[in-house]
Amino acid sequence: MKEITVDELIQPKVQFVTGNDAIVYGALLANCRFFAGYPITPATEILESMTQYLPLLKEGYCIQMEDEIGSIGAIIGASWNNVRTMTATSGPGFSLMQENLGYACMTETPCVIVDVQRTGPSTGQPTKPAQGDVMESRWGTHGDHNIIVLYPNSVQEALWTTIRAFNLADKYRTPVVLLSDAAIAHTRERLEIPLEKEVEIIKRIPVTIDKSKYHPFRTGYSVPSKVPEMDRFGNKYHTYLTGLTHDWKAYPETNSAEVHEKLVRRLYEKIDDNRHDIIKYEEKYLEDADIVIVCYGIASRTVYSAVETAREKGFKVGLFRPITLWPFPEDKIYDISLDIDKFLVIEMNLGQIYHSVLEYSKGNCQVESLFTLGGQLPREKEILKKIRKR
Amino acid sequence: MLKPSDELREKYLRKDLLPSMFCPGCSIGQIMNYTVRAIDDLEMDQDKLVFVSGIGCSSRLPAYFEAYGVHTTHGRAIAFATGIKVTNPDLQVIVFTGDGDIAAIGLNHFLQSIRRNIDITVICVNNETYGMTGGQVSPTSPMGFKTKTTPYSNIEHSFNLSFLAKAAGAVYVSRWTTAHSVQAIKAIKKGIKKKGLAFIELISACPTSDRRFPEPKDYLNYFLNESIRYKPHCEDELSSHVFKNLNECFTAQDEGKLIVGEITDLDKPDYHELYKELKERSINEFWKKRENTD
Ligand SMILES: Cc1ncc(C[n+]2csc(CCOP(=O)(O)OP(=O)(O)O)c2C)c(N)n1
Ligand code: SF4
Ligand SMILES: [Mg+2]
Repeated sequence: MKEITVDELIQPKVQFVTGNDAIVYGALLANCRFFAGYPITPATEILESMTQYLPLLKEGYCIQMEDEIGSIGAIIGASWNNVRTMTATSGPGFSLMQENLGYACMTETPCVIVDVQRTGPSTGQPTKPAQGDVMESRWGTHGDHNIIVLYPNSVQEALWTTIRAFNLADKYRTPVVLLSDAAIAHTRERLEIPLEKEVEIIKRIPVTIDKSKYHPFRTGYSVPSKVPEMDRFGNKYHTYLTGLTHDWKAYPETNSAEVHEKLVRRLYEKIDDNRHDIIKYEEKYLEDADIVIVCYGIASRTVYSAVETAREKGFKVGLFRPITLWPFPEDKIYDISLDIDKFLVIEMNLGQIYHSVLEYSKGNCQVESLFTLGGQLPREKEILKKIRKR
Repeated sequence: MLKPSDELREKYLRKDLLPSMFCPGCSIGQIMNYTVRAIDDLEMDQDKLVFVSGIGCSSRLPAYFEAYGVHTTHGRAIAFATGIKVTNPDLQVIVFTGDGDIAAIGLNHFLQSIRRNIDITVICVNNETYGMTGGQVSPTSPMGFKTKTTPYSNIEHSFNLSFLAKAAGAVYVSRWTTAHSVQAIKAIKKGIKKKGLAFIELISACPTSDRRFPEPKDYLNYFLNESIRYKPHCEDELSSHVFKNLNECFTAQDEGKLIVGEITDLDKPDYHELYKELKERSINEFWKKRENTD
């Protein structure tokens, strides 16, 4: 039987589709070959499309699990077969995933978790966009840990950000959370779909060391890095994995403060040392700005036009939009804060990134906020009102 | 002829982790021994062997095997194992779990994996208590049992996990106590060879946390004296130690008897076989559609 390639599967190459579609296409182009999920608005279409596409691809598998705990468990397990894996959910499911998300951090298992945000807490408003999971994506699982969180603001950017999520997951052996929201998920926009050969794939570093010298969490053997090379099941190295604190042999060590500190610090540093590679943002009119609006994801879409209107009216307004939310672009916020009068943080929650902006502007400038709830996108009129207020 | 333990230990266990963490008199060491003998008899490829577990004393087992091992989160071993087996059917996946791990927090994953008939082997160390956390009541603790969290005695009915697995449609279920070494090894071997989900329940002793008996050896006597065979197709009509129907079993169980035996052995297609078919079918349909639209 003739094999189906992703290029053949996703046609035509320009489509008018939703953010959920773009995430699916991005994942397939990034070589994601296992998806496990559980239906939930507004993420369900990702699972539906994956059940449609993955069985058609070589070594592609998709399974609807019994819940979100099982979904993330299945993708973490499968990842150790050297397979790129993903799950997608929304707030209630994302909350259920937190324990195993920490397990992926602790065992340094690459995987991508999509959280298509809706309003909360609890069941909230399933079809309404929100940005209330920003802090949960950073701190949802217990204990000290580091994580990468990305958040695109359009259908086109969703495709490329999904691809990037897989690359970062493999490169740093970490779970990557891809945030989206009900608006991006269900809005149709023009999408240009690249060919497979136009997509860069950054692979995991495989273990090559002699078996007698192999230790699962030894780092810096083949490249100077705090990320260990990654084994796979069915290989010869017989790796053991545990969520318990472990030494470099992966053996549990539940009493030593030293072993724990060494491990947790490395897990932090392998991401923090590479902030320059991981952090991505968009900036506009920063050169002469007095006021800089910080916004991200869907909330940024109404900000663009507000910035233009304000500029036409003579206000020197700039825009800073983190695409990587975590690690947070703190140096950039600090640098900007030195030259401006005011940050205006616009979010669809009651203040999450606001606190980071406040923290890293270190009192150099004012920090104002505009928060919206209930699925309401920030309105231009209100943004202009905040800009005018000096 | 039994192979000497030293030889098996050398080949199958991580010697730098021994002696194990298990208490003296604990059944888990025996189950490690039975599993080693089963995989040795089957001449299994250790590179392709993945032991997956949840949380609990019993779930610490994978660490000791010279093979792949994944010590996951409480109750979730089977979910992880599902992802592992589905994406790499060449692996032999064996799940170690405890009664709390599989019958309380992880019960749904267990039943769903039986329904899917994922080709894995699940070995449950049923010590009828939460050993690791110090002896609280578990869904398999007998009624009337006094534990740390049932200080006035347990008023809940207990699960018989093997019958539950049978009712859910498992293709292979076998239930023994750790005093039944020969049968346990045979069951593990049969379970591993079985296509589809095999469940082996081993009633075990946790002398440290459950403290039902003063001496570990008392558990063995209890296991041997109180167990009764469930054998639906038994020839020997007169045997007083054989039950042929489930109702008899339930009554006996309520009276404190331990039901053992091969509970189920049947055949049906496993998940991978059906997925392979589905893949072929859907790819064919894809090309057909393509031809028609071209
Ligand atoms: C989510 C979660 N809840 C609770 C615990 C605490 N805990 C650790 S082991 C255990 C019970 C294990 O009992 P069982 O599965 O019967 O294993 P045993 O120790 O008896 O072999 C519990 C509740 C945990 N680790 N994780
Ligand atoms: S606490 Fe019980 S189950 Fe755990 S190792 Fe000790 S005897 Fe075994
Ligand atoms: Mg137990």
